[in-house]
Amino acid sequence: MSANLLAIFYLISGVLFILALRGLSSPETSRKGNLFGIIGMIIAIGVTILSAGNFSIGFLYLIIFLLVGGSIGAFIAFKIPMTAMPELVAGFHSLVGLAAVFVAISAYLNPEVFNLGIQGNIKIASLIEMSLGAAIGAITFTGSIIAFLKLRGIMSGAPITFFGQHYLNLLLGIALVALIFYLCKTQIDTWFWIIIAISFLVGVLLIIPIGGADMPVVISMLNSYSGWAAAGIGFTLENSALIITGALVGSSGAILSYIMCKGMNRSFFNVILGGWGATESSSTNQSKEQKPVKNGNAEDAAFLMKNASSVIIVPGYGMAVAQAQHALREMVDALKKNGVKVTYAIHPVAGRMPGHMNVLLAEANVPYDEVFELEEINNDFANCDVAYVIGANDVTNPIAKTDPQSPIYGMPILDVEKSKSVLFVKRSLSPGYAGIDNDLFYRDNTLMLFADAKKMTEDIIKNL
Amino acid sequence: MEIDPFVFRLSIFILSIFIGYYVVWSVTPSLHTPLMSVTNAISSVIIVGAIIAALAEGGSIFDTANIFGYLAIVLAAVNIFGGFLVTQRMLAMYKKKKKDK
Repeated sequence: MSANLLAIFYLISGVLFILALRGLSSPETSRKGNLFGIIGMIIAIGVTILSAGNFSIGFLYLIIFLLVGGSIGAFIAFKIPMTAMPELVAGFHSLVGLAAVFVAISAYLNPEVFNLGIQGNIKIASLIEMSLGAAIGAITFTGSIIAFLKLRGIMSGAPITFFGQHYLNLLLGIALVALIFYLCKTQIDTWFWIIIAISFLVGVLLIIPIGGADMPVVISMLNSYSGWAAAGIGFTLENSALIITGALVGSSGAILSYIMCKGMNRSFFNVILGGWGATESSSTNQSKEQKPVKNGNAEDAAFLMKNASSVIIVPGYGMAVAQAQHALREMVDALKKNGVKVTYAIHPVAGRMPGHMNVLLAEANVPYDEVFELEEINNDFANCDVAYVIGANDVTNPIAKTDPQSPIYGMPILDVEKSKSVLFVKRSLSPGYAGIDNDLFYRDNTLMLFADAKKMTEDIIKNL
Repeated sequence: MEIDPFVFRLSIFILSIFIGYYVVWSVTPSLHTPLMSVTNAISSVIIVGAIIAALAEGGSIFDTANIFGYLAIVLAAVNIFGGFLVTQRMLAMYKKKKKDK
């Protein structure tokens, strides 16, 4: 196959990948979009194999390795519970990162194959692209592993900070630039390996100070990195499919990070440079005295909701932890039979990754046209009888509007406080991730339901 | 004067960033999780580099450069199959409200 024809096929897969993302603009077109993506991938892999020419023993290995990886992937895809999506995505990111590192290494060891010069005398431009691809890939790999461990609960979600952390990161960043410069100048292998080793370290250091609830930003950011790594390798391999895809994924992750940061009213650097946990002690310990709360049970909650004309459900990470989405749907079905109008309100940063709540509700067969984003539904709280807050906390805290001293000041919140009554399903009065007390707990129109989200919802169903 | 092919690739790259920017802003927020899993799958198109590396010089699995290629193939394949299938699985769950009977 001629190089030009090959390039055109890569261009076609690049375009199909664009269409795959375009399809996601609505759930109806999304399935077709995914199909475009699959076709694009088949074309890219197919023409690459065909272009390799004379069939050698390598093809056998190729098929075997492809099938091994493919069956592992397929197995995971079918088995994974929807609540584990955040860690799955983090895990997948780490694989893209590592694959980028491996491809960069083999290109470095065998540059003739990719027309990059000969070993010991690789083109400078290729060397820069290669080491950038490898470095970003390595950061993505270890960073995603840490994110995975935190999301999975194997590692504590609390931020890990130590003295001089930022200076160390800065130093390592400068070292990376210097090393790439020396690598280009001297073409000595050792520098290449050190670049990769340092990048692995940077990935770890970058993610450990970030706390659990900031994970939506981290996952989006790593998504973006995996794209830039792919683009870097794409430049090395002079492959347009890879360049297009890398740019798409890179900007996609960057936009998601931006949306997540905006959802918390924090700057990107504020999130990256360390979690709220570090500043927690200074802001919140003043009002420790017990304030009275109204403590309710499932019966009260059922009574309130049955007699309401409209109910808005506000799900949060607690719903995911308790796997309460199915019970919640049943409760809503029972309410609807009683003629209650029920909708769902989702905060941009609810859960541990962008769109986390939407997927869980979709899994529980909640129609997506009953689920609304913050801007769409926030005015409806004033006219709603009951807000059922299940596993959310900080995103409903009115202090974000009133207290400029609060760490969450300025964060857009769901105006749960405006509804006639608020039901809070929560395991305890403990503050949310931001470490601040929620004023809503002590309001007259708030009823606290202290229980596991799933169990409480099931109990309410019994009382409906 | 001849233009370096690098400049063309850079043009593709920059324009694709803009395409990505506009396309991703039009993605509905409720599909952000599938967006992440599908971008994951498509960024594994890096497998084309892995295939070229693995099949170089007869594709022996005893050559270091080739081994890294094969390893990258396995990793990328996990991602491609896993990413597309899990996206498919998620998207199949998004349903519209049934018409009231």
